[in-house]
Parts: sequence; C-alpha cells; structure tokens
Amino acid sequence: MALVEMRGIVKRFGTNTVLDRIDLDVEEHQVVCLIGASGSGKSTLLRCLNGLEATQAGTIMVCGRKVIQDDIKLNRLRRDVGIVFQAFNLFPHMTVLDNVTLAPRKALHLSKADAEARAHPLLERIGLADKAGEYPDRLSGGQQQRVAIIRALAMQPKLMLFDEITSALDPELVNEVLHMMQELAEQGMTMVVATHEMAFARDVASKVCYLHQGQIIE
Amino acid sequence: MTDVVAQPAATGLEPRSAANRRRTFRAVALSVGVNLFVLVGAALAAVRSSSTGNGFLGYFCLTLPFAAVALMYGRRAEAHVVDVDGPLVDEERARLSRRFGVVALVLALLLSIALVIWASWNGLVDVGDTFFSWQHLTGSFDQVVEGFKLNIAIFIVAEVFVLIWGLVIAVVRQLPGRAAAPLRWLAVVYVDVFRGLPAIVTIYLVVFGLPLTQLPVIKDTADVDFTVLGIQIDQLFILGVLSLTLVYGAYVAEVYRSGIESIHWSQRAAARGLGLSQGQTLRFVIVPQAIRRVIPPLMNDFIGLQKDTALLNVAGVLEGFNIARIYAGNNFNLSSVTGLGICFLVITIPMTRLTDFLVKRDQQRMQAGGG
Repeated sequence: MALVEMRGIVKRFGTNTVLDRIDLDVEEHQVVCLIGASGSGKSTLLRCLNGLEATQAGTIMVCGRKVIQDDIKLNRLRRDVGIVFQAFNLFPHMTVLDNVTLAPRKALHLSKADAEARAHPLLERIGLADKAGEYPDRLSGGQQQRVAIIRALAMQPKLMLFDEITSALDPELVNEVLHMMQELAEQGMTMVVATHEMAFARDVASKVCYLHQGQIIE
Repeated sequence: MTDVVAQPAATGLEPRSAANRRRTFRAVALSVGVNLFVLVGAALAAVRSSSTGNGFLGYFCLTLPFAAVALMYGRRAEAHVVDVDGPLVDEERARLSRRFGVVALVLALLLSIALVIWASWNGLVDVGDTFFSWQHLTGSFDQVVEGFKLNIAIFIVAEVFVLIWGLVIAVVRQLPGRAAAPLRWLAVVYVDVFRGLPAIVTIYLVVFGLPLTQLPVIKDTADVDFTVLGIQIDQLFILGVLSLTLVYGAYVAEVYRSGIESIHWSQRAAARGLGLSQGQTLRFVIVPQAIRRVIPPLMNDFIGLQKDTALLNVAGVLEGFNIARIYAGNNFNLSSVTGLGICFLVITIPMTRLTDFLVKRDQQRMQAGGG
C-alpha cells in the first residue's frame, strides 16, 4: 500500500478553489516534487497531508491512517509526518537543543536524556553540535533551516513534507539545505517536496507533479 | 518641516512674501507681549508683597497658555519662511519669537513657584504646613507605615492570584472548538463586566456585599483570623484580595490575550506539525513567548494594582490610606497623607524604572541576536 493516498481532494478558501479533485499516490522511499507557480496550491496540498488544513471533499490516507479533523488522531498522525516550513519557524525562546528535543519529549514522552541522545547525532550530522546551546537568532538562515529539518527528523517520521524550504534563504545558503535533502532522499526517506528548484526536482525526484489551476498535470 | 523645504511650490508657500513679513512681526510682537505680561505681574507682586499671593498665582497661571500660543504661532511662522539657502530675515525673526515664547513659559513657571514659596514663608498661604508639616509627618509616620505594610501584603497576594487568574481567562477565551463556546462566552462577559466597572464599585460590592449573601464559602471566611509576618489575615483581607483579583484579572487577561495573539500563527503550525497537542503547543510554545512580550504592560498593571490597594479604604480595610486619612481628619493636616504618598512612591518608582530597564534589555537582546 502506498504511504500517501490522496483521492479527489478539494480545498476551497471562500469561493477560491485551490485544489480541485487532486489524486496523488506516494510510495515508500519515493521523493515527489510539487512544482508550480506561486499560489498554485503546493503548500496547501502539503498542509492538507498532515491535517493543518481541512479539506472540503475527498479522502487522504497517510501511513495507513485517514486524515480527519480530529485533534487526537491528528496529533498521532503528525508524529509520523514531519513538516519543514519556508520560514523555518524555530521556537525563538528555546535553544537549538530544546527546539529539537521538545516534540520527542512532550509528544513521544521520551525522557530528557533519551531525547538528547536522539538529538545529538542529528546535530553532529549537520555540523551544529557546538551550537546546541545557542538561540535560533544566533544562527544563519541555512543553519536555522537545517535545525528545523532535524527537529522534524528527531520524531523519526515515516514521511517528510518540505514546504519551499529554500525560498527564504540567501542564494549561497540554498545549497547546504538542498544537499541535506538529497542525502535524506538517498537514505530512503519518503518525501513530498514543494519547490521552485527545478534542478533539484530533476536530479532527486522519483516523480514530479506540476500543479496548475488546482490540478496535477504530470 | 523637511518637506516644506523640498517642495515649497507644492505646498503653496512663498518664502519671501509680505504675508510672511507680517506674520513673523506678529509672532515677535505676541511673544514679547507675553513676556511683558509676565514681568508686569512679577513687578506688581513684588510691590504688593504684603497682600496674599493667590491672585498673582492665578495671574501667572493665565500667562502660561498665552506663552504656549505665542510659541506655537512663532513655530508656524517659522515653518512658512524656511529657506533652503540660509536664514532669511523673516526666518530669524520667527525664530526670535519662538525663543521669547520659551522664555515667557519658563519665566511664568519659575515665578509662580517662587511666589508660592515666598508666600508660604511669609505665612500668607499654607502650602508647606498643609502638606509637609514636619511635626505631623513624623507624628503619623509609624502608624502610616504600619498600615502601608498591609497595602504591600494585599498587593503581593493579589498579584499572584491576578497573574494566574488572568492567564486562565486568556487561555479559556481562545480555546478552540464548538464545545468550548459557552466557556469562551463566559470569559468574554467576565472581562467586559470587570473592565467596565469602576474598581471602587467592584470593591464595595465584593467586600461589603458578599458577606451579606450567606454564600457557603464566603460565610466561612468570617471565621478566618490568623497572623502571618505581622499581617492579620481575616475576612476583610481575603475579600479585599478577591475584589482586586477580579478587577485586575480582567485587565491582565486582556494583556495576556494580546500577547498570545501577537505570536505568529506559523509558530502554532510548527508546533502542531511536530505532533504537539493543542495544550502542549500553548504551554511550551505560545504562552512562554507571549509572556515575554507582555512583561512591560504586565508591569504597568502591577503598578496600577499596587496603587489601587488604597481603594480598599472604602470597604473599611485599615490600610495605609485609611490610617493616614483618619490622622488627617483628627489633626486637620494632610501631612500624614503626604507621608503615605511617599511610601507609595518608594515602591512604585523603582518598579517603573525596572519596567523600563526590562524593555530596554529586551530590545538590546533582540538587536544583538538578530542580524
């Protein structure tokens, strides 16, 4: 069974139909890239996948769970689905380490020591182990975005959603983040990536979906 | 003013015109006139030094608005004649009128103060004795300080409850979902009512009214009577704290709410996206950031609460103001109340300074951090 099964998804904001009967399957270990103009619904589609947006019609199955607007079920689902945003959205009042360990500790109920044992190899991997005690605003945009990625990875998700995560970065910082995503893909992570980076889509994606007027044109 | 310089044509201003000449002359005349007005008053006061200074005090106070008008008139005249290439004669004149306006303002103020001091010295008025009689200040001080301790105790206890209660209301007010609608509605009504009522009315109703209702828990507080650190805890104390908590809880809830709403929705999305529940998101992500942002307005409410403990005198609580008032009534002298005022200032001024310091430090930290 596919990890993600979207059937006939309709999403409207008021009278504006953003997603119009979308069908999409993502198999395990696949990297699906969503491309399309700004406002074509890439981000909305991602946000529907983990229930951050409610849909008007259709069904979504993610990791064998139906996505419905029920708080408890969504909390459970989101443990398996990591999401990284365009604007990093790190928690500014917490250190890097606390950012990474918050969710494992509170949502997975790991002990502080266990959560940190999980976080440290991830920080090592992105070369920011020495920044663990820093607050996010002391980091560069690229560093912040990589922390945001490992914050999601610390939950050991089965599926990662990337929402234009390089769009807010300075050009010279884009590569370090893209490189990290490529590594993830090579390690077999299932990913859905909304992006404008066509080269990345071409090199890494197993499937590229072009969104236009609420529909997928492949 | 800079845009006047940049586009004189667009605003229809012509620096060198007869109108400006007249305008600046009028401005100088006005400000010089006000100065003369002040000086004549001072001369008259000096000549008739044997009579009471009250009439002259009024005279000087009258000159203050005139001086302000002269000042503004001079400024406007100056704005009309600003010249890019250097000062015009008209501009110099307008500037002169403004300087004279300032002189008149300062002169009138200083002379009024001098007059009050002089008249007090000569026993014509009783400012010094009424507010600052050494005998009564020192005579009442021990009692007043004793009473003021109660103000502080009430303030500290009430503040703790206010901080908790306000947060509860703020959180309830933004609970999601249809099931929580009645709760949200209750919180809104509570905030509206207690923000709308004058604090003194709430205090009166709670402290006098509640004991008359025979409500079970309230009735039991009548038996409370013990002493902690020299402060007597009794029904009056409890109801006083309760009334202030009700009043300030409403204000503080609004402060918290503004803080919670100021946190960008993406923070919530990030937290929920990681699998944190609604409650965990609030507790670990939203509220900690919100509280940091609202510390300065919270401190303002602290100071307000601190001062409003004096309102409890209407309900018969023997706090500092009540004691000072009783003393003032018995001795026909307000120095005891001045003494209490000083007690309040000793607490509130450091608190305002601390608030400013915290705001400044936060700003600096943000500037240091961002980049």
